[in-house]
Amino acid sequence: QYIQYTKRNVLARQVRSLHQTSARAGAGGIFVHRDTPANNPETPFEFTPENMKRVDAIMNNYPEGHKAAATIPVLDLAQRQHGWLPISAMNKVAEILGVAPMRVYEVATFYTMFLRQPVGKYHVQICTTTPCTLCDSDSILEAIQNKLGIKVGETTADKLFTLTEVECLGACVNAPMVQINDSYYEDLKPSDIEQIIDELKADRVPPPGPRSGRFSCEPAGGLTSLTEPPPGPGFGVRPDL
Amino acid sequence: MTEFSFLGELSLYGFILYFNCATAPETPKKTKFGPLADQDRIFTNLYGRHDWRLKGALQRGDWYKTKEILDKGVDWILNEIKVSGLRGRGGAGFPTGMKWSFMNKPSDGRPKYLVVNADEGEPGTCKDREIMRNDPHKLIEGCLVAGRAMGARAAYIYIRGEFYNESSNLQVTINEAYAAGLIGRNACGSGYDFDVFVMRGAGAYICGEETALIESIEGKQGKPRLKPPFPADVGVFGCPTTVANVETVAVAPTICRRGGTWFLSFGRERNSGTKLFNISGHVNNPCTVEEEMSVPLKELIERHAGGVRGGWDNLLCVIPGGSSTPLIPRHVCDTVLMDFDALIQAQTGLGTAALIVMDKSTDVIRAIARLIEFYKHESCGQCTPCREGVDWMNNMMWRFVKGDAQSAEIDMIWEISKQIEGHTICALGDGAAWPVQGLIRHFRPLMESRIADFKQKQQARA
Repeated sequence: QYIQYTKRNVLARQVRSLHQTSARAGAGGIFVHRDTPANNPETPFEFTPENMKRVDAIMNNYPEGHKAAATIPVLDLAQRQHGWLPISAMNKVAEILGVAPMRVYEVATFYTMFLRQPVGKYHVQICTTTPCTLCDSDSILEAIQNKLGIKVGETTADKLFTLTEVECLGACVNAPMVQINDSYYEDLKPSDIEQIIDELKADRVPPPGPRSGRFSCEPAGGLTSLTEPPPGPGFGVRPDL
Repeated sequence: MTEFSFLGELSLYGFILYFNCATAPETPKKTKFGPLADQDRIFTNLYGRHDWRLKGALQRGDWYKTKEILDKGVDWILNEIKVSGLRGRGGAGFPTGMKWSFMNKPSDGRPKYLVVNADEGEPGTCKDREIMRNDPHKLIEGCLVAGRAMGARAAYIYIRGEFYNESSNLQVTINEAYAAGLIGRNACGSGYDFDVFVMRGAGAYICGEETALIESIEGKQGKPRLKPPFPADVGVFGCPTTVANVETVAVAPTICRRGGTWFLSFGRERNSGTKLFNISGHVNNPCTVEEEMSVPLKELIERHAGGVRGGWDNLLCVIPGGSSTPLIPRHVCDTVLMDFDALIQAQTGLGTAALIVMDKSTDVIRAIARLIEFYKHESCGQCTPCREGVDWMNNMMWRFVKGDAQSAEIDMIWEISKQIEGHTICALGDGAAWPVQGLIRHFRPLMESRIADFKQKQQARA
């Protein structure tokens, strides 16, 4: 078992050194923008009228004179509409919010969820931070790579799947897990992630959540707390209220 | 300022003594902690088995007599929080009553804000996620009560971008609360106006730091500010702000309802109340559970997480409070209590109470190296000790994993970690330095044997 573990260590290390050199889809990749035919200030980008209403609603969340505070939510909206963020989208956001474009570029390069390169339809983000590594996220990563035939940072030829390795996603008691677009798939075994990929290929989005049979974060061996029905309003309330 | 809450406890103590007269003995100090009775649990829908919306929340006792709590006024609410001994649940453990009372200054024309830190990124921690998707009304009510206690005009809940479904639950909850008149103009009929906004982040652990969070809300890069000036003087949009963790804010209404002394009755002195614990790693049943503070670590793992994989004797070490706290080896784990003071005495910390359990099959050097890589990725890059030092430590740690190093480099990496710790703008530097120190403190022989093995293999190849 120890030898198996060492082999996996070596594989993981090799994987790591590969992704450090390949350009990744999010921040952590190339920070400098170079105009390409698909990504230049003339790339068409306009908010749809429905999204413009959302932009206005977002800007109303913040006090007068602080429209710049809406940068992150509006960039996120632009990304949801377009799929990724070309430089023209960032320029548009800067224009709407009345800030210098450089401020928007700063934000778009700082946060890892802003994608400055196109991604596939399903962005598979696997967490490999220590709590997930302890629960064998290496085998999940290996399973995804074998199933899709791509390495970390790459997109499949049919532009359906992009695989990235990300930092802690905040679902550590449900390790190992992946995030695909907006949903978490947790408590995975290699067979689970293969099933999920098959369903996505067949254009059916599987329901998110733990795959091991438990509902959320309760102990899998049975409830050890909250076994009684919750008390109603007024229970234990102090008398002088 | 510590005297203030101590005086509160002292006067309460004197009160009990007076009424018990000279013949009755004083209430003995508690020595056995845990297990917590279900009726004392605050987060009754932690596992999502009941309805999280307004109807279900009302049935479970949320929003009960909130108007009466608000009508009691600022001083009463702050006093209850102080008496309860609540300490910040986001990792630092700063006494909450004291922190919230920093905002208790006459207004100078600027509105005051409450900011709720729901950017849960610390490896090991996943407790706020459960509060926000299964019991969100506790959080919204907490925002209102805490906001009233600080005189805040509005609350911004900054939730991490990856928690899309949780933030959608939260937004639905806020809409329900507005529709029912519980927040907004004349919240709960108390005459107090209070707004709550959800702001989604976009993937940066550093935005969990309070000043970086404020920068992020203002629409800039999440780079922490120097303190002073503290957020209570100059915070979000230049206005007085308090940044509080989700759990801290969410337990506030229950404390006000059931009494600060009820909360104080759990846990040891100065470490009172209940806490959500996340137990992950090499246990049989990883889970999130609400337990009493000061519960022994061994009991917590065995009772709720089904014990360590392969039995307690198979335990190698535990990281007790999320990745920023140093690890503790088996002999410490046998007896240590899970609270702030006991873990500080064990040269670690409670942090967010996210236990990462490692058994004997773990390559602990690789585990710590992966954590340092996490800190390297998440460093914002502002200050040199963190940006350069953590990257340097990361390179060294991965060489230690292979054993490709000299023995003297162990002392070198210790020195680097000491140069980073305390010399940075924010605590991410400390958070990166401490795991390395914990590893060297307890697993130095392992590191040296790895180095010796590697050297031997190299010589055998030559």
